[in-house]
Amino acid sequence: MAKITVTVNGTEQVMDIEPSLLLVELLREKLRLTGTHVGCDTSQCGACTVLIDGSAVKSCTVLAVQADGAEITTVEGLAKDGELHPIQRAFSAEHALQCGFCTPGLMITAIDLLERKGAPTDADIRHAIKGNLCRCTGYHNIVSAIRSAATEMRGATTPMKVGAEVKR
Amino acid sequence: MITHPFTYAAPTTIDEAVKALGRSRDAKVLAGGHSLIPLMKLGLAEPELLVDIGRIASLREIKSEDGAIVVGALATHRSIADSSTIGKALTALAEAAAAVGDLQVRSRGTIGGSLAHADPAADEPAPTLAFDATIRVIGPKGRRDIPAREFFKETFETALGPNEIVVEIRFPAPAGHAGSAYAKFPHPASGFAIVGVAALVAVKSDGTIDRAAIGVTGAAAGPFRATAAERALVGTRGDASAIGAAAAKAAEGVTMLADLTASSEFRKQLVMVHTRRALERALERARG
Amino acid sequence: MTTATPSTYIGARTPRKEDPRLIRGSGVFTDDVTLPGMVYVSLVRSPHAHARIRRIDAAAARKEPGVVTVVTGKDAEATGVLPVFITVPGMNGSKHMPLASDRARYAGDAIAAVVADTHKAAKRAADMVTIDYEPLPVVVDATKALEPGAPILHEELGTNLVFTYPVKGGDIDKAFRDAEATVKLHIVNQRLIPNAMEPRSVVAKFEAGELTVWSSTQIPHFVQLILSVNLGLSQNKVRVIAPEVGGGFGSKLQVYAEELLIAHLAKTLGRPVKWTEDRREAYLATIHGRDLVEDVEVAAKRDGTILGVRIRTVANVGAYLQAFAPGIPTILHAFIIPGAYRIPAFDCEVRGAYTNTTPVDAYRGAGRPEATFAIERAMDRLADEIGMDPAELRRKNFVPPDAFPFTTISGITYDSGDYGPALDRALAMADYKGFEKRRAEAKARGKHRGIGLSSYVEICGLAPSKANSALGVGWGGYESARIRVHPTGAVQVFTGTSPHGQGHETSWAQIAADAIGVSPDDIEVRHGDTFESPGMGVGTFGSRSLAVGGIAVHNAAQKIREKVIQIGAHLLEASPADVVVEGGKVFVKGVPEKAKAFGEISMAAYLASNLPDGMEPGLEATTYYDPPNFTFPFGTHVAEVEVDPETGTIEIIRYSACDDCGRQINPMIVEGQLHGGITQGIGQALYETAVYDANGQLLSGSMMEYHVPTAADVPPFALDHTVTLTKTNPLGVKGIGEAGTIASTPAVVNAVIDALSPLGIKHIDMPLTAEKVWQAIRKAGEARR
Ligand SMILES: Cc1cc2nc3c(=O)[nH]c(=O)nc-3n(C[C@H](O)[C@H](O)[C@H](O)COP(=O)(O)OP(=O)(O)OC[C@H]3O[C@@H](n4cnc5c(N)ncnc54)[C@H](O)[C@@H]3O)c2cc1C
Ligand code: FES
Ligand code: FES
Repeated sequence: MAKITVTVNGTEQVMDIEPSLLLVELLREKLRLTGTHVGCDTSQCGACTVLIDGSAVKSCTVLAVQADGAEITTVEGLAKDGELHPIQRAFSAEHALQCGFCTPGLMITAIDLLERKGAPTDADIRHAIKGNLCRCTGYHNIVSAIRSAATEMRGATTPMKVGAEVKR
Repeated sequence: MITHPFTYAAPTTIDEAVKALGRSRDAKVLAGGHSLIPLMKLGLAEPELLVDIGRIASLREIKSEDGAIVVGALATHRSIADSSTIGKALTALAEAAAAVGDLQVRSRGTIGGSLAHADPAADEPAPTLAFDATIRVIGPKGRRDIPAREFFKETFETALGPNEIVVEIRFPAPAGHAGSAYAKFPHPASGFAIVGVAALVAVKSDGTIDRAAIGVTGAAAGPFRATAAERALVGTRGDASAIGAAAAKAAEGVTMLADLTASSEFRKQLVMVHTRRALERALERARG
Repeated sequence: MTTATPSTYIGARTPRKEDPRLIRGSGVFTDDVTLPGMVYVSLVRSPHAHARIRRIDAAAARKEPGVVTVVTGKDAEATGVLPVFITVPGMNGSKHMPLASDRARYAGDAIAAVVADTHKAAKRAADMVTIDYEPLPVVVDATKALEPGAPILHEELGTNLVFTYPVKGGDIDKAFRDAEATVKLHIVNQRLIPNAMEPRSVVAKFEAGELTVWSSTQIPHFVQLILSVNLGLSQNKVRVIAPEVGGGFGSKLQVYAEELLIAHLAKTLGRPVKWTEDRREAYLATIHGRDLVEDVEVAAKRDGTILGVRIRTVANVGAYLQAFAPGIPTILHAFIIPGAYRIPAFDCEVRGAYTNTTPVDAYRGAGRPEATFAIERAMDRLADEIGMDPAELRRKNFVPPDAFPFTTISGITYDSGDYGPALDRALAMADYKGFEKRRAEAKARGKHRGIGLSSYVEICGLAPSKANSALGVGWGGYESARIRVHPTGAVQVFTGTSPHGQGHETSWAQIAADAIGVSPDDIEVRHGDTFESPGMGVGTFGSRSLAVGGIAVHNAAQKIREKVIQIGAHLLEASPADVVVEGGKVFVKGVPEKAKAFGEISMAAYLASNLPDGMEPGLEATTYYDPPNFTFPFGTHVAEVEVDPETGTIEIIRYSACDDCGRQINPMIVEGQLHGGITQGIGQALYETAVYDANGQLLSGSMMEYHVPTAADVPPFALDHTVTLTKTNPLGVKGIGEAGTIASTPAVVNAVIDALSPLGIKHIDMPLTAEKVWQAIRKAGEARR
């Protein structure tokens, strides 16, 4: 067993874990943060993507012990004080999700991209999300959503509607 | 899921790491984990002890030193791709690092891990060969520098001795009017190189090619230098026909791999085409 | 072309009600369900494609820490057999048990289930189960499986032939006698792996005589029905929940071995049980799609008039028949081949064969992409043969707009259609006229550029129950809906459909809102729980949900509206004919200021003290809608590609599509379905293939080998539509779930062949991988030398 301290979505967690525990297992099974998904066993699909110290990483390919001392952000930590992150709003507004299984991972990768590149081209976006498979959307609206979130994050706020939430 | 249990150590110095490795006959270094963890998940690697070198901060550095660019073993593909030092002097390395897998993989995977793992389809071995880099390793018997050409053996085999750790890769900064480029044909699903070619050329002031170095990965059981092509190029003016003639020799004498995606015949074609494309871009930069 | 009548909510790009939970990560998928005391299952699967099972030794596995039990086929016979819902004439069915006990018939056939306290312990112990196999000869190719002397999979049948299915019409011999031009094609419609991003998962608990099963399924009601029948439980004691389901595409349109097995284990062990497949397991044991080989011949006149089509097909069904497998290459393929064209003679025969491969069943489009690919490739070949423009050839043979209702030569009656405008629009979007200039410009850059199109008619709205029955489908094709208005006016819609990305919570709310006269915001749509929904729901597949399930919702909502008007008229002391419901208010036409709120009416319905004489209290409606016919969406897609002759790499430069799915409830969702469908079709055209070696080992056994398209592999899509309402249902809706997949595969392949046709290349088998394209170019070069 190994003792680790990780900060997940702003909350510090001290845990005793097996070294063989994967980060995604820690998140899903120990912390019950089931918004991070597992779609493959060969590190291809990106459904498990989380931010470790701000970088998008496939949490199925990281040992939980490797994350000792790190700050981790999962989809559950994107909204702040109930306020959705621009990428979350954009995904809904642009209909960038259908079944929603790939969505958390895609949004996280997009955030990593947008934090570093404020005005990506469509080609930049498509290249950046290559490690996130989506079988439903054909990516068209995902690219639009990331583009529009980029605009909003640069400060040009265009109000976006999310599901039934904003309507009420 | 990793089903087999193992012990884990996270030393903070190289010496401790080397010592830790000595504690088990079945110990493995863990760097970015992006080759090792997938193998462990598939049950294809079951080390008894993992020595995580990820906490040895000094190994992350990228710096210039004595006319060389020194890349720490733990430099991630991403930090290499983003480094302006590397982008300028070692463009082919930056391009190879940027061509690795995907954004998430590049965030974690390291150059040291890539070289030590020696996957025949890995990208970074190609520029490492082309730039004649030296791989500095530290082990129980101390430090040694291994020239890239001696480092890579067969598939998944290197000149690393037991419990030796790659600490840095020293790239001599190309002298004179030099330029380099990396051209890749990725596996459509895995993203690894079916063929990757790193080309470095230097031109004299009269425009003739002074030096050419071509590292090829993906195509064969291990990365190799396309020496026949290099020889064909030196002394020419690097016009289309010279490049074409050189590229045609790029796969000479090498047994090409064959798999579901590419037969050996197709790989040979890809080696030639990508050699030409890498050379064209490298020359443009050298002349730039 | 008719235009949809205006409505308030139908037709709006309403943001989806499902999104808030999914973008927050709070949606619950089956694997997210964890229950106290839960145990986990790992399945031991055969590494051999064909082998006799001599002995199973689980003693060591049983001793492993954490192991609860190990179950083999003999212990699990109480699960009963896996169901097949379609029977075609003369069919040789296979007996398919959740765990194979005497023989494994494909690599991945489940043989034992290890149950342990943790998933890890179960997996570890599964490796300790030793099985003594006697390998048997293997056959993976369907054509070879039908040859004499081939290894027989199901000895009791004495043959690998599953069925021979003919569909004929007109005088085919005369067509070929009269032909001025004929073309022949051999098509391999390769095997695909569906790859829904969420792996399958089943959780079951048995408590106080009641079985609850969470499953990643498209058809919870069928799962419930079979569980209750097979496990001998009263149906009211079996609850099946399809929570969030991460895509299906047909791969979750089954009652799977694992569903029966996990439920059985929960029942016998008395503890909650979970099984989640890993991706490699999914590749082996979740159904595959397509895999048929076709010989197509077309007879035509020199002016392009088609005289007849003859087609011989061999379909690989895999090792066992799955739920809908017999219907895919037959009903959903053979009948569809005539497509958008008036074809006077048709002769089709489909044979199905068992092979030592993963079972094959419905994958997005299911039979219709194969049919469309065959006819659309043949159209291009014919155009090439007679030197006619492919678009003109299609136009010439289209069923003309005045011919509807039109009965195709295969015997299907299209109620409506107008194919010309969609073709024209797609060609205009693609700047088809300006293409040759772009071809020349690309040539100057050393690239081969091509343009290709495909015009399709889909058959959706599965299905009229009588037609189902006549075709051998063992269940009705209706759909159900129940609407419950609470006393306060809160509206809940329960649907028998089971969405997994299609956005029914939003679209059904839009439909119900328009019909009832309230806002979609005030309507909650619930699905995928057999304890909540109406008695029977058929489920979501075959682009049927809207044209059948959406209509059921509409009809139920109409009933609510009628009762609201009756009550409103009574309270307002007016005639029902003068009362309207709008914006959540009930009032006499022209007197909105004296309105009753919708909630007042619903409250009155439950207070029941002041209702019209003889009216039942309450405000609730249940409907079953059985469609009178299928629906027939159509359209034309145009792809433009560039081929790099040095590497064989293909880039899709431009993609334009004009589709007609009738009235669009939510255009945003319609477009999303098209984007995803087109991408899957591109995947088949260029990237995806499941490859077996001669021993029946799946070589493309993981996502590292099998190429699921990424964002970098597909272009943006330009979409437009025409609206031709179907008369089959009151909303004029047709369905759009599979159109993209059906249309894009032939459009892309036609474009690539067009690009390469100047080199004399007429055909390359799918997927058009770089090497295949490069080899074709090289061989063409050698041939010309
Ligand atoms: C989805 C995916 C896609 C990928 N695509 C590509 C690609 O396109 N191109 C490509 O080149 N690579 C690709 N990779 C591999 C990736 O680049 C790895 O990061 C790299 O190969 C190994 O680096 P690592 O730091 O992760 O090493 P680890 O996985 O930690 O280690 C790999 C091996 O090297 C040894 N090792 C590591 N560091 C050292 C050291 N400093 N000294 C001695 N031994 C050491 C370890 O013991 C182990 O045996 C991909 C990986 C994944 C998961
Ligand atoms: S689960 Fe697929 S990449 Fe992590
Ligand atoms: S929305 Fe279903 S996989 Fe992306």
